Amino acid sequence: MAKYLAKRLAQSLIAILGITVVVFVILHLTGDPVELMVSPTTSREQMDILRQEMGFNDPLPQQYLRFLKGAVVGDFGTSYYYNEPAMRVVMERVPATLELAVAALAIAVVLGIPAGVLSAVKRNSLSDGVIRVLALLGQCLPAFWLGIMLIMAFSVNLGWLPTGGNSEGWRSLIMPAFTLGLFSAATICRLLRSNMIEVLGKEYIDVARAKGLRGSVVVMKHAFKNAFSSILTMLGMQFASLLGGSVITETVFAWPGIGRLVIQSIQSSDFAVVECIVFLLAVVFVVINFVVDVLYSVINPRVRLQ
Amino acid sequence: MKALWRSLKQSKTGMIGLAIVLVVVVCAIFAYQLAPCDPLQQDLMNKLHDPAWTATGTPEHLLGTDQLGRDVLSRLLVGARITLLVALAGTVVGGVVGVVLGCLAGYYGGWVDAVLMRLVDIQLCFPFTLLALFIAAVLGGSLGNVILIAGITSWVRYARLVRGEILSIKECEYIEAIRAEGGSDARIIFRHILPNVISSVIVIATLEMAKIVLMEASLSFLGYGVPVTIPTWGRMLSEARANMVSNPWQCILPGLCITLTVLGVNLLGDWLRDYLDPKLDV
Repeated sequence: MAKYLAKRLAQSLIAILGITVVVFVILHLTGDPVELMVSPTTSREQMDILRQEMGFNDPLPQQYLRFLKGAVVGDFGTSYYYNEPAMRVVMERVPATLELAVAALAIAVVLGIPAGVLSAVKRNSLSDGVIRVLALLGQCLPAFWLGIMLIMAFSVNLGWLPTGGNSEGWRSLIMPAFTLGLFSAATICRLLRSNMIEVLGKEYIDVARAKGLRGSVVVMKHAFKNAFSSILTMLGMQFASLLGGSVITETVFAWPGIGRLVIQSIQSSDFAVVECIVFLLAVVFVVINFVVDVLYSVINPRVRLQ
Repeated sequence: MKALWRSLKQSKTGMIGLAIVLVVVVCAIFAYQLAPCDPLQQDLMNKLHDPAWTATGTPEHLLGTDQLGRDVLSRLLVGARITLLVALAGTVVGGVVGVVLGCLAGYYGGWVDAVLMRLVDIQLCFPFTLLALFIAAVLGGSLGNVILIAGITSWVRYARLVRGEILSIKECEYIEAIRAEGGSDARIIFRHILPNVISSVIVIATLEMAKIVLMEASLSFLGYGVPVTIPTWGRMLSEARANMVSNPWQCILPGLCITLTVLGVNLLGDWLRDYLDPKLDV
């Protein structure tokens, strides 16, 4: 187990190092990051001064090392727009995004798991057909369109829920969380259905039935438990992608989280904040993946041996 | 080919997918012939008309006009062309890069494999939309850049798939025999290994295409897609948000086009997977 943990930890650290390289390279793709940050009316002299101040005249490896040192201690420079350290600006918005992502994951689990189980158990029935169509639609609906349609229906026409923001507590959370969670719910449902169908066809399930166990016990205790272990890996990844996918949902619902902040920062060329968010989300993904892999290896010891 | 058609005819969902995709392809190819008006022609005297079947609609503009008086039907038709172009070109870019790198990693192994697979791991750490948005913000919005972004964000799945398949195929005896005959690496990879993995690649390509349609629409919606002068479904939806209370159809129609296109491509992809490679984990 210790060997497996050490190997996964080393892989995660390499991935984080790689993330710093990718973020650094993307920002330097255009050649001169200063051009991205200033307005078109800025004079050559002002740009030269800024370039000098920010160290963009130094050799690239030196700039990268400086960026790496900063990333390790969470220093991504100062936000031009907010005139505060980028990390602080981002951290202020993290709770709102976490709240949204957790609510979305809860919706995804509450909708996706029962639907997946029901669809597999009642295979080829009417309810299976309806669930499959809904799950497929859930994966095809663009989040921004779904969000707008929900606003039109529940805010504009019915007046039940607020159109945006997070000032009205759980009422503000319902539509954004549903919009963000629907894709994950559909993904969980489809994967669980196919896993459950595979497991339900196994011989030990026939044995359990032959023993006279109740149908619900066979499904939940024997089939679901085994089908769920592979869903666990996906749940971790889904949570990480919900954090990243919040960009669109937060924009549509004016939700004050990091997704909306990244769009505002790109619009105002505040690249210190953009860098910080992209880096943080990628690192969170690595950490979640690491935790999920370790959990999975505890549940399924064969993984450690491979 | 006959077997393929027979299988498709037996799959209701596959046929629905094919029908939707064909309609989008025909609309895209003949967009300018089918469009009743110039999609860029503004007419402020006739702005924000609802579709013809509503009380405030006019027969000259079947699906109404937008906030600048441009014909919505014409813009949707030209939007289909952009969507299809980005989806096809992005899939080709991502597919070619992914297949080539996957071949190199799988066939040569060693440090080439280690480096490429770490690259894959790193890319998978970035949320899809955020990475696309970050690159779009840095590179700027143009049709070429959107296609490039589609390629950059999609090559990983091909690379992993092809590498995995090659790892098992390269140990087969017939590959050993060709190598003993003096066959070059390029000949072994392109003539003897690739044909064996191409069906899986086609399935992945179809499903990736659906993702690219959504990505392009998302980027356009956020204002980082193709330039403003080119009509796209995502941008139409974004522009229509300001008038969603008075003119809901302006929001409904582009979204329906995106959803139906993604649905069609996904249905076709699901059928292709069942037909070509039922065991493929997508």
